[in-house]
Order: sequence, then structure tokens, then C-alpha cells
Amino acid sequence: MSDAKKFMFVNRKAPYGTIYALESLEVVLITAAFDQDVSLAFLDDGVYQLKKGQQTKGIETKNFSPAYRALEDYDIEKLYVEKEAMDARGLSEDDFIVPVTVLSRAEMGKLMDEQDVVLSF
Amino acid sequence: MKFGIVVNEGPYQHQASDSAYLFAKAAIEKGHEVWRVFFYHDGVNNASKLTEPPQDDRHIVNRWTKLAEEHKVDLVVCVAAALRRGIKEDNLAQGFRISGLGQLVEAGIKCDRLVTFGD
Amino acid sequence: MLHIINQSPLNTTTLDTCLSTATGGDILLIEDAVYAATKGNAAEAKLKSAMGKFKVHVLTPDLEARGLGDRMMDGVSAVDYGGFVELVSNNKNCQSWL
Repeated sequence: MSDAKKFMFVNRKAPYGTIYALESLEVVLITAAFDQDVSLAFLDDGVYQLKKGQQTKGIETKNFSPAYRALEDYDIEKLYVEKEAMDARGLSEDDFIVPVTVLSRAEMGKLMDEQDVVLSF
Repeated sequence: MKFGIVVNEGPYQHQASDSAYLFAKAAIEKGHEVWRVFFYHDGVNNASKLTEPPQDDRHIVNRWTKLAEEHKVDLVVCVAAALRRGIKEDNLAQGFRISGLGQLVEAGIKCDRLVTFGD
Repeated sequence: MLHIINQSPLNTTTLDTCLSTATGGDILLIEDAVYAATKGNAAEAKLKSAMGKFKVHVLTPDLEARGLGDRMMDGVSAVDYGGFVELVSNNKNCQSWL
């Protein structure tokens, strides 16, 4: 792991309206196989990706939110939610499908600086 | 320096592919290497050999092909994203190859910088 | 870090999020984000006040394409695609705020 790069996936888009959230998650799962230092950041509407209780039957689309719960099995445990984005959407940590670390904007910015590769979709 | 580029949007619909191409060309002109361009999301549509723009417009697909041929740029199209959108070996333009998402991660690992162009 | 922004500040919150989250460094405005760097636009004050913390660059070909080549606000540095490449190589890392 010593020569592993720090990869951060920045998610700023809501699920279902566009495919970005789903295809971003597909990259994250593949990255797990490369033994890199992976973290996921959820900002702006990206926090909606983690909302519990998604029911997609009515839109005839696969509900991919359970896959966030599988991340732990891939040793991806660094999930960060920006507090200001969460608050602005009337959400709290209890609303999320997985345990997350809530960071202030300033903390999130600092974490971004430390990354080698930042991928946003 | 070794650059990797990610293109997340289709040609003509969005400026992303144009910006990525002009960035790649400028990087090569400055003596850098563009090691790989990875096409993801609707970006896979940049690899369709069925593309026929009007004659007075730029040919975005052929432009990528030419860049790949002249400067050994590895143009990789994500297989999962491509199959979803009807891009297959049958209609793949010259200079592109279809492969897995691991190629994107590998670009992140091997390149000095990875630059994303999208929406 | 280099922050690349491609969306108009009048239509999306991308610039706001970047300005309030990022710790500093270079900002490059490309594509529709170049409107942020024009005189008299509603986001001008916001970008001006961020200039202590960030160095702001605008991609000239995108500005000119949109008919605003002569409206660049003061304090912004103009770069071409070669300058874009230099910004990427001179920074340790970069992020596209999509």
C-alpha cells in the first residue's frame, strides 16, 4: 500500500435524473481491486445518492443504492458527506443507507488537497 | 509529463470532447505525452464510426483517430458504458479499443496528471 | 490544486461550491464557466472577493467564442490551451468540478 495513490471520487449529482451516480459507483467498485487509497465525497445533490428507502419500481429502473452498503466488503470505508450540503437538503446522518463521516466544507477542501487523483462524474 | 484524459460526454452534444481534444493537442505540442484517453458515460459515443457530421463541421471522431495514429495515444472506450449505448467492435472507429474500467484506474495510477472533461 | 470549472455561475452552483469548499490554489474557467469572468455579470463580486484566496484564470478561446473577448474582468489571467496544460502540470493535482 505504500506506493498506493490517493483516489477521491467526488459525487455532486443526484441519482436517477442522470446516469452519473450509477456509473461513478461502478468505477469505485473496480478501483477497489487496485489496492489504492480510495475515498468518496458527497457534495451538493450528490448526498441524495445515499438516501435510505429508494423505491425505483415505479420508474422501472434498478435501485442501485444497496451497492453503497457493499463498499465495506471491498474495504472502501471512507465515505465523506459535506455537512452544509446535508443540512441544506433537510437530511441528517440517520437518512443515509451507510455510515458516513460528516465533514465541514473546510475539512472537505483540505481532504481534496491531499488527493493524488480526483475523479468527478 | 505523462497525461491521462477522461471524456464523459458525447460529441457535438457537449463541448467536453472538443475541450479534451484541444487540451491533448496542446499537451503534445508542449512535449508532454498523452498516454491514454478514456471515454466514459456518453463519452463512448465519440468512438462511433457511423458518425457523419455536415461537411463544413469538424469531424470529432476522425480527429481523435488521427491524434491516436500520429502520437500513439491509447483511446480506450469503457465496455460497460459502450454496450449500454450500442457501441461495439462492429461500429468502433479506427484507433479506439474497447476495454474495462480498470483502464481508467490504471491511467490514474500511471499518469502524472489525470484531467476530466464532462458536464 | 487546480480547480477546473465549466459551468455558468448564473445557472448552477458549481462555482459557489468550489469557492466555499476549496482551500485555495488556481481556478481555471472553461466552456460556459467563462461567463463568470466577464465585467458586470452577477457573479463578478463573488469572484472578485475570492481572488485573495485563489488565482483565477480564464480560457481565452472559450471567452472569444462566446463574443466576450473584450469583457474580461480585471484581475483574471487569460490563458490559451497551452496555458491550460501548464496550469495542470504546475499544480500537484487537479479537479474538474462537474
